[in-house]
Amino acid sequence: MTVSTDTPTTASVSTPATRLRSLGWIARRVGGGVFVLWAVATIIFFALRLIPGDPVDAILGGPGSQASAEAVAQIRADYGLDQPLIVQYFLAMGKLAVADFGTSYALKVAVAPYVLTQLWSTLVLTIASLVVAWLGALALTLATSGRSRVARALGSALELLAAAVPHFWLASLLIILLSNTLHWLPPISVPGPLGLVLPVLTLALPLTGFLGQVMRESLANAYEQPFVLSARARGESEWGVRLRHVLRHAALPGISLSGWAFGSLLSGAVVVETIFARPGLGRTLLSAVTIRDIPVVTAVALLSALTFIIVTIATDVVDRIVDPRVTEVAAR
Amino acid sequence: MTGSPLLRVSDLSVHFDRSARPAVDNVSFDVAAGECLAIVGESGSGKSVTARSLLGLAPAGAHVSFSELTLAGESLPAPGARRWRTIRGASIGLVLQDALVSLDPLRPVGREIDDVLRLHTTLSQRERQARVLELLDAVGIPDPALRARQRSGELSGGLRQRALIAAGIAAGPALIIADEPTTALDVTVQARVLDLLASLRNNGTAMILITHDLAVVSRVAGRVAVMSEGRIVETGETSAVLRAPTALPTQQLLAAIPVDVPRGVALSVPADADAPTASAASSPPVALSPTLPSATFSTASLEHPAAARPPALELRSVSRRYPTPRGEAIQALDAVSLTLDAGRTLGLVGQSGSGKTTIARIALGLETADSGDVLLNGNEWGSLSARERRPLRHTLGAIYQDALSSFDPRLSVERILTDALGVGASGTRQSLTTTSELLDAVDLPQSLKNRRPLHLSGGQRQRVAIARALAPGPQTILCDEPVSSLDVSTQARVLNLLDELQRHLHLSYLFISHDLGVIRHMSDRVAVINEGRIVETGETEEIFIAPRDPYTRSLLAALPRVRR
Repeated sequence: MTVSTDTPTTASVSTPATRLRSLGWIARRVGGGVFVLWAVATIIFFALRLIPGDPVDAILGGPGSQASAEAVAQIRADYGLDQPLIVQYFLAMGKLAVADFGTSYALKVAVAPYVLTQLWSTLVLTIASLVVAWLGALALTLATSGRSRVARALGSALELLAAAVPHFWLASLLIILLSNTLHWLPPISVPGPLGLVLPVLTLALPLTGFLGQVMRESLANAYEQPFVLSARARGESEWGVRLRHVLRHAALPGISLSGWAFGSLLSGAVVVETIFARPGLGRTLLSAVTIRDIPVVTAVALLSALTFIIVTIATDVVDRIVDPRVTEVAAR
Repeated sequence: MTGSPLLRVSDLSVHFDRSARPAVDNVSFDVAAGECLAIVGESGSGKSVTARSLLGLAPAGAHVSFSELTLAGESLPAPGARRWRTIRGASIGLVLQDALVSLDPLRPVGREIDDVLRLHTTLSQRERQARVLELLDAVGIPDPALRARQRSGELSGGLRQRALIAAGIAAGPALIIADEPTTALDVTVQARVLDLLASLRNNGTAMILITHDLAVVSRVAGRVAVMSEGRIVETGETSAVLRAPTALPTQQLLAAIPVDVPRGVALSVPADADAPTASAASSPPVALSPTLPSATFSTASLEHPAAARPPALELRSVSRRYPTPRGEAIQALDAVSLTLDAGRTLGLVGQSGSGKTTIARIALGLETADSGDVLLNGNEWGSLSARERRPLRHTLGAIYQDALSSFDPRLSVERILTDALGVGASGTRQSLTTTSELLDAVDLPQSLKNRRPLHLSGGQRQRVAIARALAPGPQTILCDEPVSSLDVSTQARVLNLLDELQRHLHLSYLFISHDLGVIRHMSDRVAVINEGRIVETGETEEIFIAPRDPYTRSLLAALPRVRR
């Protein structure tokens, strides 16, 4: 009997070809990131010119300054502000291209080192929040999934509540409860890990609820899949089924959303840093925009965009590790 | 061998919380070592629930009771008991259908097999790895070292089903329960998987084969138990039961199989139609043309309307290539020429991946051919732009295998049909212009109007899909595996309905299927496709009685027939 043999659909077990494809994929993502950075710089450049008022005021220490007309003209020439807008744009892009962020108008210090220290503080806050949110969401879904209806209902009610709470209100609540009443923690952010607890909780709790909701649904879907029955029929224990099979499927949408979630953490940091008087990008940006400190605003915006791009690429890489099927679809 | 059976099941019953009727009703059977017992029945007959109860894995909300449930003389534990974990996989292996989803799609198949060894043996990791490769080799998977690292989605249907079987037998269980193990497979692949199961049985493993397919039963099982509505209605030697079935459900199962039922002869169906309709349609399926007795119309009456019309659909040396990720190209279609005469049925048969669906997509204008012409009713069709096609679209309908996913789950049946009526030039027709008429035409009761697709049975869904295809007033309908996911008797009713609609409305069908029995029953002419090329076309009986092409011959040879 002549019958065609079974042929594999694809054979993409880590061959040099697939590794090359992965490298090409990352290169494309990085190229896209560079494009986004350029777009952000361009938008920031023109948007800041649309704000009413004169940047020279900011350089001279605010609108109330009594500088002479000559001094103003001198500064205008020094900063290239007398040039046509398009020339200013290319000069600015040229400097940014070599990571020259210039000098702060208000603080009169080099922008790059100043903003980098602020970035570090914000990164500590947001990354800690993301990790805490993930751990919280995992613990909550694993503890309540596949349990009684009461436990599941309680779990999803908690998640809904957490996801719906605004940062500023949650922050006030946590301060009243944990520092004013119980005196466990300082009400403002002091240096050291203790000062990090309240800001991180404020940022992480709503995200915990959100990730938990997403995971609970995909976990329930994963339990319905025939491969779970297969695994149980193999003699796998309940925790074995959970950890080896179901959890990985359940985590997928959460991982995909983490890039977006990190972006929302960055914007949430503006509020949280202000409330807890914590140094960081958010507070720097707020004050810089108020006084039209163009170099600082540009640097903060670009660094935030860069961080967001890196985190997005990182979550995509993790996504592809957890779900290798993505690779095949993306390659088509 | 001693007289005591390996597995003894007495008075097994399963009740569900919100159901008055038990899903499984006092079922008793034995299985001896080296014996294969087939449990046969339509979906909903309780066979899968029975199988899962034997592993303590009855679905949530099920209450299982029995007077005896012993494996090798030892009672099986109560549901939820920890001891089950030492029995599942070790003493009883389970093989489910469709390994694409029955193996974890995120993990390499080797890891899935390794899990069984990790749970039930004391082998070291290295020994387990070697054993996994041995197992893959034993189930006939070439190049096991490569396959072990691939995930189920990267393997072909036959290979992944073998991998699933390898996981089922990894710890050397005394009993294997195979639940529809070949249902999703092509005939030739199915034949090889059945041979594999037969060889396991010959090596002394006891086997329970759950299936709705009597042809599969006759190939592997020595004994058969026929289930209907939760009860075993007949049990005995396979050959005896298939030759002289005594219970009505068995007779119905056998009679509904379309293998060797020629064109024009209605398939026999049980009296209780899946559409419990009050209309006259429940008497044998000639609702629209009561003047024609069902058994006497012939192909002659089908040829009549064809005389004056140009071919309904014509493909002239159509080719299509797809690029692959690795920069090569797959020749999906290679100079395919097909002619569907008006008012007739052209059967297109081939294995999955042979290009059947590409032909359907090109015929529907969803995809453009790289070269070649597509003509609809003698007019240019393939080269038209989407805008030019739109006024002609309603003349071409389509019915798919998975009716459920082709409906918006939020819409009611009435809304689905109203929407479909809206798109066509229904003003040009006198009949089938309202949802009520459409439901009548497909023998569905009007009471289903407000149901949503999820709350319909498989047969009812496919009828709604047919009604929807009819709504715009098509002359040609493309049927892409329209009955492949239905039970045999439901399948028979749907096929009879399609047949009857064709006669009444002078429809032309391009009928795509991998099931040769269905093709033979439905088609006037048949085209056999293999790897993108039409290898043979001809009148149906000509192809089935005297196939010329070696590929057609191998396809026919692999066709599982009910051996009596």
